[in-house]
Amino acid sequence: MNALFSIAADQRREIVSARRKTGRAALIAIALAFLGLFVVLPLLLVFLQAFAHGWEAYVEALTEPDAVSAIQLTLITAVISVPLNMVFGLVASWAITKFEFRGKSFLITLIDLPFSVSPVISGLVFVLMFGLQGWLGPWLRDNDLQIIFAVPGIVLATVFVTFPFVARELIPIMQEQGTLEEEAAFTLNASGLQTFWYVTLPNVKWALLYGVLLCNARAMGEFGAVSVVSGHVRGLTNTMPLHVEILYNEYNFVAAFAVASLLAMLAIITLALKTLLEWKLSRDRAPDSAPAGD
Amino acid sequence: MTQTISRIPFRAQPSVIPGFGLTLGLTVFWLSLIVLVPLSSLFLKSATLGWDAFWAAISTPRVVHALRVSFSTAAIAAGINTVFGLIVAWVLVRYRFPGRRIVDALVDIPFALPTAIAGIALTTLWAENGWLGALLAPFGIKVAFTPAGIVIALIFIGLPFVVRTVQPVLEDFEREAEDAAESLGANPWQVFTKVIWPSIMPATLTGMALAFARALGEYGSVIFIAGNLPMKSEIAPLLIVIKLEEFAYAEATAIAVTMLIASFILLLCINILQRWAERRERRR
Amino acid sequence: MRIDVKNLTRVFGDFYALRDVDLSVKSGELVALLGPSGSGKTTLLRIIAGLDWADSGDIQFNGVSTSGRPVGDRQVGFVFQHYALFRHMTVYENVAFGLRVRPRQQRLPEPVIRERVNRLLQLVQIDWLADRMPAQLSGGQRQRVALARALAIEPSVLLLDEPFGALDAKVRKELRRWLRRLHEQLGMTSVFVTHDQEEALELADRVVVMNKGRIEQIDTPAQLYDTPATPFVSGFLGDNNALDCHVAAGSVLLPGIDTTALERVEVPNGPARLYARPHDIAVVPDAEGEATIRFVSTVGAFVRLEAELPDGRIVELTRTREEQNEDPLAIGVRVGLRLYRAQVFAA
Repeated sequence: MNALFSIAADQRREIVSARRKTGRAALIAIALAFLGLFVVLPLLLVFLQAFAHGWEAYVEALTEPDAVSAIQLTLITAVISVPLNMVFGLVASWAITKFEFRGKSFLITLIDLPFSVSPVISGLVFVLMFGLQGWLGPWLRDNDLQIIFAVPGIVLATVFVTFPFVARELIPIMQEQGTLEEEAAFTLNASGLQTFWYVTLPNVKWALLYGVLLCNARAMGEFGAVSVVSGHVRGLTNTMPLHVEILYNEYNFVAAFAVASLLAMLAIITLALKTLLEWKLSRDRAPDSAPAGD
Repeated sequence: MTQTISRIPFRAQPSVIPGFGLTLGLTVFWLSLIVLVPLSSLFLKSATLGWDAFWAAISTPRVVHALRVSFSTAAIAAGINTVFGLIVAWVLVRYRFPGRRIVDALVDIPFALPTAIAGIALTTLWAENGWLGALLAPFGIKVAFTPAGIVIALIFIGLPFVVRTVQPVLEDFEREAEDAAESLGANPWQVFTKVIWPSIMPATLTGMALAFARALGEYGSVIFIAGNLPMKSEIAPLLIVIKLEEFAYAEATAIAVTMLIASFILLLCINILQRWAERRERRR
Repeated sequence: MRIDVKNLTRVFGDFYALRDVDLSVKSGELVALLGPSGSGKTTLLRIIAGLDWADSGDIQFNGVSTSGRPVGDRQVGFVFQHYALFRHMTVYENVAFGLRVRPRQQRLPEPVIRERVNRLLQLVQIDWLADRMPAQLSGGQRQRVALARALAIEPSVLLLDEPFGALDAKVRKELRRWLRRLHEQLGMTSVFVTHDQEEALELADRVVVMNKGRIEQIDTPAQLYDTPATPFVSGFLGDNNALDCHVAAGSVLLPGIDTTALERVEVPNGPARLYARPHDIAVVPDAEGEATIRFVSTVGAFVRLEAELPDGRIVELTRTREEQNEDPLAIGVRVGLRLYRAQVFAA
C-alpha cells in the first residue's frame, strides 16, 4: 500500500515537473516574443533603414548643414538643462532627506508633477506665458526678446520635462543612507560644505550619475514639448528629434533614420551604463554585509 | 541650550545638519519658477474663458471624438501591457536563462528611446509595405494610420511601467509561501491566484495606472503612426497642437485642462493605491 | 573636562524623552547611562554631544554653558552605535578625516597627520587594517576604527552610544576590558550608553540608571547593586525576587518566609513591595518548613533553586555547591526560608 502510494506520488511529481518545464518555456517564449516584437524589431529597423543606402548616404545625412545645426542645438539644450536639473536634484534631495518637515510628501508629489503632464501640455504652458498672446508676450515683444519659437523656449520646455529625473534617483538612496555619517562628520568639526563634498556626495555618486544619464537622454530626445515651442525653423530652432520629423515627413527616410540612429545609440549607451551603474549601486546600498566576526 | 534656538514653525525637529532654509528655499523657488507658475498659467487662462466658452471648446464633436480615441486607445494599450508586463516581470524574476540581463535592460528602451524615433520606426514596421504590415495586409488588416496603430505605439511607450512596478514586489515575495501552498495541495493556478496575485495586485494596478497616464498624454510616437484623420484617428494631444497652430489658444487650453484634470485624478488614484498597499504591507 | 547637566527636558510631540534631568560627571570619570530602550539615555548623550537639542535646561562643560555651540566646536568625540563609518573611505582616511577638514590655517601638515593616524591605529590595535574599506571589517574592528576616528581630534570628552551593542558576546567582553584600560591610559571624561547592566556595572566608575526620561539613581556599581533606591532599579538590576508583603510597625510580614533577621524598615504600615536577592535568602531543610523545592539546577558556580510558598508564589534561591553536596536538596523537599537583607518600598 505504502509502495503503491509512493509510486503514485513519484509519477505525479514527474508530471508536475514536466508541466512546469513546458510552462516555463512557454512563458519565456511569450515574454521574448513580446519584447522582440515591440522593442527589438523597431530598434533594429532604425539602424537597418539608416544604412539602407550605405555608409556614404549615412554620413552625408549627418553632415548636411541642417542636421549639424540640429545636433548642435540639441547639445546646447542638454548642456544647459542637465546641469541645472542636477544642481536642483541635489539641493532638493538634501532638503527632503536630511530634514523632517511638514508637507514633505506633498513637495515630492509636486516635484514629480512634470512626469504626469503630457509633453504637449508642457510646451503649451510656456506658449501661454511667453507667446505673443501670452501673459508676458507684449512685454517681451516691446523689449525685442523672444522666448517662444526660439532657443530659450526650447531650453525652458526641456528643463520642465526633465525636472524630476535627478531628484527621483537621489531621494530614495539618500533616505536609505540616513544622516548618521553626516552627524559623524559634524562631531569631527567638518563644515556643512565639507560634509556634503566628502561624505554625502561620494555616497550617492552612482545614483547621481544614473539620474544625470536619464535626464540627459530625455533632454536630448524630448519631442512633444519642444515641438510645441520650437516653431520648426530649419537650421535654427530644430533639435534632432524635430529634424527627424521633418525629414520623415519629406519622405527622406534614409536621412531621417540616420539622425534617428544617433539618438537610438544614445538610448542604448544610456541603458548599458545604467545596467553597469545598477550593479555598482547595489554594492553601494549593501555595504554592511555581515561582519566576519572578530 | 535653553530656549535660545529659534524654532522654524513647520519643522518637526531641529537638526545639526545645516542648510535647511537654504536648500528648501531654493527647492521651492526653483520648483515654482519652472513648474508651478507655468502650470498655473494654464488654469488662469482657462479661468478667463468662463464656463460656457470652456464647455463649448471641449464639446465639439471633433474634440469629443479625439478625447474618446485618446482614452480608449490608452486603456486598451494599458490592458495589453498589464498582461504581458506581468509575464515579462515573472520571467525576469523567476527564470534564469542566457541573456536575461540583456532582456532586462531592453525593457527600459521605451523610457530611453526618444518618442519620435519610436514613432517613425513603428510606422515603418506596421505600414502596409513594412515588415509586419506586409504580413497582415493579405488578410485585409490595416494597422498603421488607424486607431490600431495608435494602440501599437502606446503599447511600446507604456511597456516598462507594469514590469518595473511588479518586478521588485515579486523579488521580495517569499517563495516559502508558495511552497507552503503547494505542500497543502494547491495546483499552480491556485498558487498564483490565491497566494501570489493578492500580493502583487497593488503593484500591478499602479503600473497599469502609470502606463495609462503616460499613454493618455503621449504625442511623439503616436502622430506618425496614427494617420491623424479628424473624427477617426486623431488624439487629444495632437488636437491641442493643431489648435495652437491655428492660434486658438482658448480651445487648446480647454482641452489641455480637461486632460490635466484626468491625469491628476489618475495620480491621486495611484497615490491611494500605493498607500493602501503600504498599509496592507504593514499589517502583515 | 567636567560635565554638568542641568534641569534638562526634551519633548517629542507629547512624549517626554527627558524630564528634569540633572547629572554631574567629574573630570576623568567613566560614567554609564543604563536603562531600557526608550528611557532617554541616547537622547541625553546626543544632547551632550550637541547632536540634539533640549527644550529647556542647560549643559555646561567646565562650568561654561554649551548653549549655541555647534557640535564640532565642543571637542567631543562621539562613537555611534552602528559606527557610522564613512563607507567610501579606507580605515586610514576615516581616522584622518577630522584632521583634514580643519580650516587651512589650523591644518596639520600631512606627515604629522600620518604620524598621528598611525599612532591611533596602533593604540586601537588595527594598524594592519589601515588600507581596508569599512565593509571589509568585522564588527569589532569597525568599533575600533570608530573609536580611533573619534580620538583623532583629541577630544576632552568621549561619548559612546551602545559601544558594544552590535557585537557578539565574546568580542564584547574582550573589547570591554580593553576600553577600560584605554580610558585609564587616556584619562578622558567618558560617558557611554548601554542597556546591558553587566557592561555598565563592570566598566563604569558610576552608573546612571534611567527610566522613562528620568534618572532613577546615580551610584557606584556596588552601591547600586546593594542598595537600589527605587523599585525600578531593584527590578532592573541583577536577579531579584519581587514579593508583595505587609508592613506593620517597621517589620515585614511575608507568609512562608522568616523575616525576623531583617532590619527595621522605614515604610508606613500597610501593603508594600519587597525585593530580595536570591543570595540574601537562607534555605534550610526543615520537614516542618512552609516552602517546597520545585526546581534545582546545578550548572555553574552556584546551585540555583526555586521554592514554592504556601500561597503558590515562587522564590528564587542560591546555594554554594558545597552546601548542596553536604546537604542535598531535591525537588519536593520541604524547606524553611530566612531573609537577611531586602529592599522594601511602600506599595
